[in-house]
Amino acid sequence: MLESALSGKTIFVTGATGFLGTALVETVLRTLPETNLVLLIRPGRAITAEGRAEKDLFRNNCFDRLRDQWGSQRFRDEVANRVKIAKGDVGTDGLGLDEEGQRLLANSDVVVHSAATVSFDAMFDQAIEINLLGPTRVMHAYQQARANPEDPGHFVSVSTAYVAGSRKGDAPELSLTEQPHYPDIPWQQEVNAARAQRTSTEASSREPDTLAELRSTALAELGAAGVALLSEKIERLRAEWVKDEMVAKGRARAQSLGWPDAYAMTKALGERLLESERGNVPLSIVRPSIIESALRDPYPGWIRGFRMAEPIIISFARGLLKDFPGVPEGVVDVIPVDLVVGAILTAAAHPPESVKHYHSASGSVNPLKYRQLVGFIRRYFSENPLYDEIGQAIAIPEWTYPARGQVESTLRRSKRLVDTSTKIISKLPLRSNFVEYQDQLAETQQGLERASSYVELYGAYAECEAIYLADNLLELASQLEDEERATIAMDPRLIDWESFVLTTHLPSVVEHARARTRPKSSAPKRTSREDRLRASLLSGHRMAAFDLENTILAANVVDSFSWLATASVEGGQKLAIAASLLAEAPQLLALDNHDRSDFLRYFYRRYRGAELEELERKAPEFLTGYLLRKSFPLGLARVRAHRRAGHFTVCITGALSFAVAPMAPLFDQMISLEMTTDDNGRLTGEVPGALPIGEARGDLLRKLAKSNGFEIEETIAYADSTSDLPMLEAAGAAVAVNPDTKLRQLARRRGWLIEEWSRAKGYGNIFLPIGGQL
Amino acid sequence: MPRPGFVLEVDRATPPTLFWHGESFRLERLPRGSRILYPPEPLNPINDVRAAIEKALDNPVGDAQPLSSLLNANMKLTIAFDDVSLPLPQMASPDIRSLVIEAVLERAAEAGVTDVALIAALALHRRMTEGELRHALGNRVYNALAPRGQLTQHDAEDKPNMTVVGETDRGELVELNRRAVESDLLVYVNINLVSMDGGHKSVATGLASYDSIKFHHNVDTMVHSRSFMDRHNSELHSSNWRMGHVIKEAGVKIFQIETTLNTATFPENFRFLAKREWEWNLRDRGSFIASSEALKRTPPHLARQIFQSVRSPYGVTGITAGEVEAVHEITLERVYQQQLVRVDGQSDILTLGLPFIGPYNVNSIMNPILVYCLGLGYFFNMYRNKPLVRKGGVLIMSHPNRPEFDPAFHPSYVDFFDQVLSETTDPLVIESKYEESFARDPWYIHLYRTGNAYHGVHPFYMWYWGAHALDHLGGVIILGGDPKTTRRLGFQSASTMADALEMARTIVGSDPSIMHLHSPPLVMADVY
Repeated sequence: MLESALSGKTIFVTGATGFLGTALVETVLRTLPETNLVLLIRPGRAITAEGRAEKDLFRNNCFDRLRDQWGSQRFRDEVANRVKIAKGDVGTDGLGLDEEGQRLLANSDVVVHSAATVSFDAMFDQAIEINLLGPTRVMHAYQQARANPEDPGHFVSVSTAYVAGSRKGDAPELSLTEQPHYPDIPWQQEVNAARAQRTSTEASSREPDTLAELRSTALAELGAAGVALLSEKIERLRAEWVKDEMVAKGRARAQSLGWPDAYAMTKALGERLLESERGNVPLSIVRPSIIESALRDPYPGWIRGFRMAEPIIISFARGLLKDFPGVPEGVVDVIPVDLVVGAILTAAAHPPESVKHYHSASGSVNPLKYRQLVGFIRRYFSENPLYDEIGQAIAIPEWTYPARGQVESTLRRSKRLVDTSTKIISKLPLRSNFVEYQDQLAETQQGLERASSYVELYGAYAECEAIYLADNLLELASQLEDEERATIAMDPRLIDWESFVLTTHLPSVVEHARARTRPKSSAPKRTSREDRLRASLLSGHRMAAFDLENTILAANVVDSFSWLATASVEGGQKLAIAASLLAEAPQLLALDNHDRSDFLRYFYRRYRGAELEELERKAPEFLTGYLLRKSFPLGLARVRAHRRAGHFTVCITGALSFAVAPMAPLFDQMISLEMTTDDNGRLTGEVPGALPIGEARGDLLRKLAKSNGFEIEETIAYADSTSDLPMLEAAGAAVAVNPDTKLRQLARRRGWLIEEWSRAKGYGNIFLPIGGQL
Repeated sequence: MPRPGFVLEVDRATPPTLFWHGESFRLERLPRGSRILYPPEPLNPINDVRAAIEKALDNPVGDAQPLSSLLNANMKLTIAFDDVSLPLPQMASPDIRSLVIEAVLERAAEAGVTDVALIAALALHRRMTEGELRHALGNRVYNALAPRGQLTQHDAEDKPNMTVVGETDRGELVELNRRAVESDLLVYVNINLVSMDGGHKSVATGLASYDSIKFHHNVDTMVHSRSFMDRHNSELHSSNWRMGHVIKEAGVKIFQIETTLNTATFPENFRFLAKREWEWNLRDRGSFIASSEALKRTPPHLARQIFQSVRSPYGVTGITAGEVEAVHEITLERVYQQQLVRVDGQSDILTLGLPFIGPYNVNSIMNPILVYCLGLGYFFNMYRNKPLVRKGGVLIMSHPNRPEFDPAFHPSYVDFFDQVLSETTDPLVIESKYEESFARDPWYIHLYRTGNAYHGVHPFYMWYWGAHALDHLGGVIILGGDPKTTRRLGFQSASTMADALEMARTIVGSDPSIMHLHSPPLVMADVY
């Protein structure tokens, strides 16, 4: 019946690269041999629509079954013969179709519109454009292209069961206009308001106050990383700020009208607009509830992308989410993706007179209780626990089914605690082993952020007590012939929840999340990753650039000045010079943190009047008594390992040339600062030109790479602080050496190698930089 | 009249025995029947050292003229002297070198010699610091010569200033400091602390290049030097003597001045160190308890500073000048007179306490490789005839053996420990696989030449110096040694002497004979 009804027909599909769309395309190819497809696909910036179809759709493991069954040659032929690609975009009026595209649309017997922004935290205006205006845009394009009063075709729109709003009780399969308590608001005003809010939010994001706040956030994260990186970061923060504002505005508006969020609200208004604009085109609206992994087809457990329930389940299994709001006897309305596809295709085969609604939902006919689901999840993870960093099984928390407010405030409290600790730690000048703790903290912080966003996003859904009636759906299902039921599933009563959750859904979720399901093998995994990284850095055609201070040596300009200044004076004076510098240290540190160039120029003025020749005479003693004793042997070994591997090594430092000259032979090239001298060979205290600091360091790296015949991808940068970020970011590979708190966080996020290099043991930690004692 | 050394057999009445333990001490009770080798007491020193020097310069031994008759106004004179590795610890001022050199310079001045150069005979050791040079030479000599560039330190990597003197009949290359070779007279001023020092080794090694030194500083030579403290049974010395003959035949005129010291090693406040334990009086006990308790509470780097600032009240026991070999035979006699003790029969186990200092960590850290070398190189080889411990026996040595390094003085040691010892501890493999790359490494050469770093190859020599002991011993245990570091050296560590002996018994059998070599001061065993 289904096969014959759709035989020889063409289905036009939007949203084919999505979760539902992918399953739909696969099912048509597999079960309806006489049915053809036209897929509306938006070309990417660097990829054609056809390329995207190949990459984002047909390469998905959804098609593995067909490939196995048919062999890859037949699979390619079938796709080539039966699937046409129309370039276009549901966000544009007329869908942006070219002539060929319009012809394809005109010849399509059914349109399945499944393109939507499914994220519950979409920005308000975006949700309006896509969910509210999108379906009608497709409908109008269809009407215009088809222009055939005899056969107006058929339009199947995929909506959501949650258009019913945060109501309690039965939700029937009717137009929203026919339902009680439906807020009858003019859609046009909502569209205008959302667009106006976008404009005003964009404007207020550029207000000086907002920008100042964003700047201080960026500064706190990056430190003195230089103007270019800082401004880039601020701009990124501003975009995020706008997004957050628009999401919050959408949610507020939706909740004021009785929907859990902007997603449900825009979907609801979209349905209504579509109903009023359909003209004489028969319209089927399919409203799935929460779509989850496949029950049967293409294979049990197939899922695409990380969807709504999965992150929550994983957070729970990882022990991050101790609780999730919900009513234990409430119904969790979940529906496997293949059942939704079945409903859509069967609806497509049965065009209604005018408009018909179907709930593809399990809640009324085969309900899964929240308590039941939690029981399955607990059972599954007690038998198959996830493992933490150090390889111990994570215990499953006991759920208490609290109200949403409770969970939120608990999460807020822990988050505040962790945030405060992180802030305090990032202000302390800690390095190396002190910051191990900070790594754990950062991980917990991210986990908590995620967990609380889930509660915020999905809490309203879990608390939703509406029952989605499915009479129309069951009637539609009864139209399937017996043999068709073997290939097309759509009846929610087919689901055995226990077996589905335990043997199909959860294993698939865990596999998808790449969670650690085995205790660690005896060789620690982290080390092996680091060793691999190290080995890769030491191979190939490379240029390695090293910062000097705190990367190769535990030295700084103040220390080295103190050493050189005290080297030439007698006993008592030595102490006086060192002591006065120590007293000045906090002030100098503050200046350094604010702007490294200013600090260096300010500090270097102290060398004014010193005899260069005298300083150069001190070089051997300086090498032994200061530079080498402050060096990191592993750092020196790394430079030498690069040289042994035939790499070009360069040191880029803001130190003065005479203060680092003895280290120069370690590298192929050393870039340091030259201080000018007067006619008597005395230093002027002035350093001409731009200092190799901040973004200048990034530019320098690029220049050096070019002049030495390296691609930028072949460069490696080693540095210790966020002020070196421009160089680290510019390089093909970055290594954070003894990173400070901020850089450590960044390095972890970017997956950079982190090295902890320390001075050779044997000398005390307190080391007054006093020279002339050898 | 100082008492000679002797061997004590431990009985019920024997008090616990003092062991050096790096920058601290241990008192250990050895099993009854163990033997303890006590050094002779310090010989009486020469009272008028200056007069003895004058006398030696005027009455050279062997085929040699008095110094004054060798000097003239137009000549090129070079004075080379032993570096900071001697004596240990550094000698209280005035250092004997400064006295000898002053006397030589005075005679040179009398003869109107203007072209004088002083060279520290470093071989591949680190350059001395200004403070160390001032100490060894005295301020007068330093201030007179250093500012005018007449005081230099031997630079084995300064190829233009090295010259090939010749080759021995065994093909051993002799490449020496050009200034020294091209001088009309080369005066060498030595301190002969132990019997391996001096003789032809002074010039043939002290002023040579790596390419020359490698002919005797290698595993094969060291395994055949039994011991390298016994010049007549040491292949190391035979090679140096062959080179000495080449140098002589090439016409290089050497006036060798050798000095010997007694074993008065520690100043008054450490007097208990030189006494036999049962002779400690109340004051000795008091100062032992005070110093060892204080050291326990002192961080290691401060304890090191305290010990490194010790200046030894050595007395000079002899000064001999003249032809190298004749001088050296007399010197050896004096050294043996001070240090040699007869021992009957070898033991299954030899125990040692390793002190805070060895030749290569003056003003620096005794790193694990130096710990190895001090025990298996120096102390193990303090014998004539036969080793104190039998073939297949066990050496137990006491030292904290912490993984500490001086990155300025011993940069290549750090890498040797990390990169070489992590792969192998076999001297032959180490020599063939790694030596060349360390020796030719430009960074190490830079640090050797411009800083105060030992040459890149130096840790290899340390390893070779223990090769004979490694070959001979059935096991090595470091008492109180850091376990991980000790394992890296290829040894076991034990936390108590009882544990160490128990471990040793599994190697040498259940009823072992034990010999303890008591130090300080230095002692050399004549084993029959």
